[in-house]
Order: sequence, then C-alpha cells, then structure tokens
Amino acid sequence: MAEFLMPILGADMTEGKLVSWRKQPGDRVERGEIIAEVETDKANVEVECYVPGVVEKLLIEEDTTVSVGTPIAFIKADDEAAAAAAQPVAPSAAPIAPSSEGPRVAVERPRAVPGERVRVSPAARQLAEQAGIDLTQIAATGPGGRITREDVEAAIAVKPAASQAPEPAADERQVRMRQAIASSMSKSAREIPHFHLTREIDMHAAVEWLAATNEKRSVAERLIYAVLLIKSVALALLETPDLNAEWQDRVVLKPEINVGMAVSMRGGGLVAPALLNADKRTLEDLMAGFRDLVQRTRAGKLLGSELTSGTVTITNLGELGADSVYGIIYPHQVALVGFGRITDQVRVVDGLIGARPVIVATLSADHRVVDGHLGSTFLAALDRILQEPDKL
Amino acid sequence: MNDTELQSTLRRILADITSDSEANIIKADVRIRDQLDLDSMDFLNFLIAVNEELNVDIPEADYPKLRTLNDIASYLAAKLN
Repeated sequence: MAEFLMPILGADMTEGKLVSWRKQPGDRVERGEIIAEVETDKANVEVECYVPGVVEKLLIEEDTTVSVGTPIAFIKADDEAAAAAAQPVAPSAAPIAPSSEGPRVAVERPRAVPGERVRVSPAARQLAEQAGIDLTQIAATGPGGRITREDVEAAIAVKPAASQAPEPAADERQVRMRQAIASSMSKSAREIPHFHLTREIDMHAAVEWLAATNEKRSVAERLIYAVLLIKSVALALLETPDLNAEWQDRVVLKPEINVGMAVSMRGGGLVAPALLNADKRTLEDLMAGFRDLVQRTRAGKLLGSELTSGTVTITNLGELGADSVYGIIYPHQVALVGFGRITDQVRVVDGLIGARPVIVATLSADHRVVDGHLGSTFLAALDRILQEPDKL
Repeated sequence: MNDTELQSTLRRILADITSDSEANIIKADVRIRDQLDLDSMDFLNFLIAVNEELNVDIPEADYPKLRTLNDIASYLAAKLN
C-alpha cells in the first residue's frame, strides 16, 4: 500500500488545499494520470499520480487544507516493491525540494508531540518566539528532526493567512501569493550567492528572420520572439550543463533541460511553469506549448509536474520597458536568464556605423556551482546561437 | 457590421482573452495594451480570435497600426468593406 502525499509544488509551498478528487476509491490510476486538483498559494494545480494502481482510500475531504507531505490517499500499487522503493526511509537532512517526478509516496516531516522535547536551533527558537509560533506545530526538516530557521520562516509565511479574519477570496489569494513569493525569494537571496553577468546581443538576424518567417504564416501559426529566446537558452545550456543543475553540497546535473518561463498573473504575482525538453523541440512546438502554458497558467489549470520540473528560468520583461533584468534565482535551480527590451543601438558592423536592435541578456548564477568563466561562456553561446535563427 | 457592432465584438474578444470584464469599458482612443496589461502572447491570441470570428488575417507588418480600439475597428472596417 502506498501513501499518496500532499505534493510540494514549489520551493515556497508549505501546505495545499485539496479542491477536488478526480478519482474515487476503486478507480484505477495510471502513471501520470491526474488524481486531484490542489490549490496552492499561487495557482490551482492538477496533480498527477506517479504510482500506477488502484485508489484504496481517500484520507481527506475536498476543501481541506493540509501540510505538504501529509498522506491524503492510499494507493494499492501494481508494483508494491517499486512503490516501497520510491519511499524515503527517513526524513532527509535536506529541505524537501520540488521533484521533477512530481508527487510520490514519502513520509511526512516529523512534528514534535506534546510533552516531547523539541529539537530546535537557538536562532530558530528565537525567531519562533518573536513570531508567536508554537514550535510543536512546526514540521522539522533538519538533521535528526531538528527544527531549522528555514522551518520557522516557512511557518511564519503561512501563519497570517490562517490567523487573520476572512477577506474577500481574490484579495486573500493575492496576499497568499505575495507571501509565497516573499518566502521563496528570501530563501534564494539568503542561501544562494548570486553573481550577475550581462551581454548585449545584436538581435538584427533574429528580428529579420522572425519577420520574414511570420510573413509567410497565418496568424495562428506565427511565432513570438520569446520562443527564440527559450530555444536559444536551452541550446546554450547544452554547451554549459553546469548551469542546468542543482546544488546538493555538490553539483548535480539535470538530465533534461526544462525551461521555466516566468508568467505574470493578472492582478499580480507570477509563476514559472516549465516547457519540458526545450532543447529538443521545434520552435513551432515550443510556441504551441508556451501558448498553452500561458493560457492554463492564467486559467489555473497547470499540472503539478509543470510547476516542479523547471531546471532553469527565463524572465522576459522587455515588453514592459525594462532595459535589463537582474533576477533572483528560483530555489533549487542554479541560473536565471533575464531579458530586457530590444532597443536600437549604434553599432559598427562590417566597418559601417548603423542602428541595430540590441537586447541585454543577464545571467544570474549560483556561485557555489559555477564561476564567471562558465557564465561568460553561456552568454557567448547564447549570442552565437541567436545570430543563426534559421538553425533553431 | 457597423462600427458599433465591430467595437462590441472586439470588446467581447478582449474580455474573453483577458478574463477581465474591464475590457467592456476600456477607452476606445487609448492603447489597449496599456489599459489591459496585454503582453505579446495576449495580443497574438486576440488577433487569432479576430481571425476566427471575422476571417481577417492581419499581417504582422500592420501590428504597429493597431494601437487603440478605434485603430483596430477602423482597420478591420476597411478590410471587411
């Protein structure tokens, strides 16, 4: 029997609301099939099951909010051995990270029982006292079940939403999304030693190629230049794989290049769902995928795996007039690539002075994983690739 | 289709694209991208919907002409008539 847990659908997620069950006891569920819809602080997400089998029992009712890692259903797995193998044997010393495999079976993070001695770092205890947080109600992720400062901060991030008087739903969602972004970005800024490199890239070839290509296409088949950026970033990462990685006290390379695109939500906030295997897809396929992703993001119809599988993130603020973007890395990733607007700049090309469309690409990178040399190599590769858009 | 009907159709399409009822009260002489916070994907979706509904395929080269609701309605009226 496998426990199906409330999944973690982002580094900033501490709890989720079970909106609806898509399966009932006795129903068969295949690998990758949607089993439930979960509301996070940022979006409603359709959650896939990665253990094929039969739903034995639903443990929580709809409209119930539980912590990440809480068992919410029992699945009678086809392959009990495989299900057991997927289950961590003990709480990890590392924080629970979004998994590219989506939700799996696992054990809930430990909480102290009343009367039991709470293992907590001094800094975490002080922070909890200041915030009025009961230590016995905090899920511990530290070694030996120790509550860390990050655990307390995660608890603080969700506390106001639980304790304040009810507000209109839309306002409440905005507050919670802001809290989630605050938690995630604070964690990144605190833990990841960022460095930034920029490169001005001549977009003449890309702009000309795109205009000529779109001229031959019907409106429904046209591309937007963001898709060229997505594919170019993915191909440049093939040449600099250490930027498509994760830091776990050593560099762990990711087997796939899944490009998260920062998508702004109407009314504020953003999420960064991923376009999977972006390096292997055609521009047309990426365009269709990106269009679909944006529509489903804003309609609250994302899949859990799309929120958890990004290996790098792009943020493109050029349309809003920003000249360049010095972004903060999404936790557990190593790099974020920011693009500003395309502006006409005076350049010397083939000995002639002229105006050229130029974009500023900025790499934000984790200095624990890569150095400036590799970052510069990535930007040079990105520049080179964008000069040959017909090869994308 | 007269100008009033055309503008009404465009407002409905914009409301569908943005899921924003404010699309029905935007000013006809102010840039729609600014009023509705449209990005290039939204704008493309808008043009695709216009194409599906009115059977007018607007070339990319003409995008700069389509700044306001009045601009778009005039452009489409010329094409439809």
